[in-house]
Amino acid sequence: MSGVRGSIWRQVPLLVWLVVLWLFLWDQVSVLSIVTGLVLALLVTRVFYLPPVELPDRVNPLGVLLFIVRFIVDLVRASFQVAWMAIDPRRVPTSSIIAVQLSTKSDLSLTLTALAVSLVPGSLIVEADRQDDILYLHALGTETPEDVEQVRAGVLAVEERIVRAIGSRDDVRRVNLSRAERSLPPLITGRRQSAWESRHPMVPAEQYTPEGGYPE
Amino acid sequence: MNIVVYIAGALFAVAALFAVVRIWRGPSILDRMVAADMLLSTLICVLGAEMVYNHHTRTLPVALVLAMFAFVGSVSVARFATKQKDAEAKHADDGASPLDPSLDELAGGEK
Amino acid sequence: MTADIWFEVASSVCLLIGALLSLAAGIGLLRFPDALSRMHAATKPQIAGLAFILLAVALEQRNWATVSTLFLVMLFQMLTAPVAAHMIGRAAYRTRHLRRELLLTDELADVVDRASHDLATDPATRPK
Repeated sequence: MSGVRGSIWRQVPLLVWLVVLWLFLWDQVSVLSIVTGLVLALLVTRVFYLPPVELPDRVNPLGVLLFIVRFIVDLVRASFQVAWMAIDPRRVPTSSIIAVQLSTKSDLSLTLTALAVSLVPGSLIVEADRQDDILYLHALGTETPEDVEQVRAGVLAVEERIVRAIGSRDDVRRVNLSRAERSLPPLITGRRQSAWESRHPMVPAEQYTPEGGYPE
Repeated sequence: MNIVVYIAGALFAVAALFAVVRIWRGPSILDRMVAADMLLSTLICVLGAEMVYNHHTRTLPVALVLAMFAFVGSVSVARFATKQKDAEAKHADDGASPLDPSLDELAGGEK
Repeated sequence: MTADIWFEVASSVCLLIGALLSLAAGIGLLRFPDALSRMHAATKPQIAGLAFILLAVALEQRNWATVSTLFLVMLFQMLTAPVAAHMIGRAAYRTRHLRRELLLTDELADVVDRASHDLATDPATRPK
């Protein structure tokens, strides 16, 4: 659709990332390492071709920072919780399998949410429904139905932090709508967001791209 | 510092022992894979502790490669286990027939 | 000179915390009742444990070449661990390696039941 030019520009972030990875491996920044990194990055992306990821149309650096900090805090705190559950001699934890309906449609937020949720101890992705954007997760230490709701709310909060950081305009709208249903204030408002929303009406789910992007 | 490293080493040894017990007891191939994965992570941790103790970074590439390829085993075993189940499901298509006992034994299963 | 001692103390503390988390992972691996729960015990505190150990190495070495490689170790572990956990978890669920009587709720079972029921009763939806 977007042609050869578009597909090359889409790959630039991936290539840059691969070169940075290569420099990290060699622990030095020199002409030789950059050139070999570039050659290898091109070779790897040609030989092991992956479908391009639909990149978001907005990035909030503060949101990214907030997400990372909160993620690390969650990771450490939850690690100790699971460690305590393992040691605690009084009982063996009860778990449950919980379905969480995400607000957004895009593959990128689904993947990042799944990744973040499964890295935080106590939850594990058993199944992901890409079509309807439902994550099925196995949560450890859910003793009561309230615990289940808490886990569900936690996953949605992770999704909201990701959308705040790098969600597309469409993701933001969907999160705002889902928050309105739960009578919560919108996540992000702003002139550019409302301008985008007025130009792009809501469309049914069938019209989205296979990657879950807003149809252009 | 020396004492700390000795204590940490003992803790790692016990953790690795528990993982080996789980590999030994099973009951399913998935439990064994989980335990093997954990044994490998413990190994990376031990490499790190040894680097701290002996003030060098020579085994850092080993840790890097282990971290990169540790998951290949888990993924392949998981695929293998799922394929086993699919094969069983084909056998038991009319619903009434129980799982083939030999396959069930292979895949383990909670008793 | 005193700074060195503080770095060493911090490094030792990180080492101990990492080792304790590893031990907790081992205990969980033995105690938890089914494959999915063991999965939590084995992989998750292990990630934080590894992070603490790598932090200990970084505090002990204190040079950028080492830190960048340690960052890569952590990154690869963080990218691959969820993939492995998801694959094992999925296989465990599908091959029924979890003890349902220990679950509080199973919201996936309803979906699976409905889907298989639809497939069984309605020949039009049966995949070719």
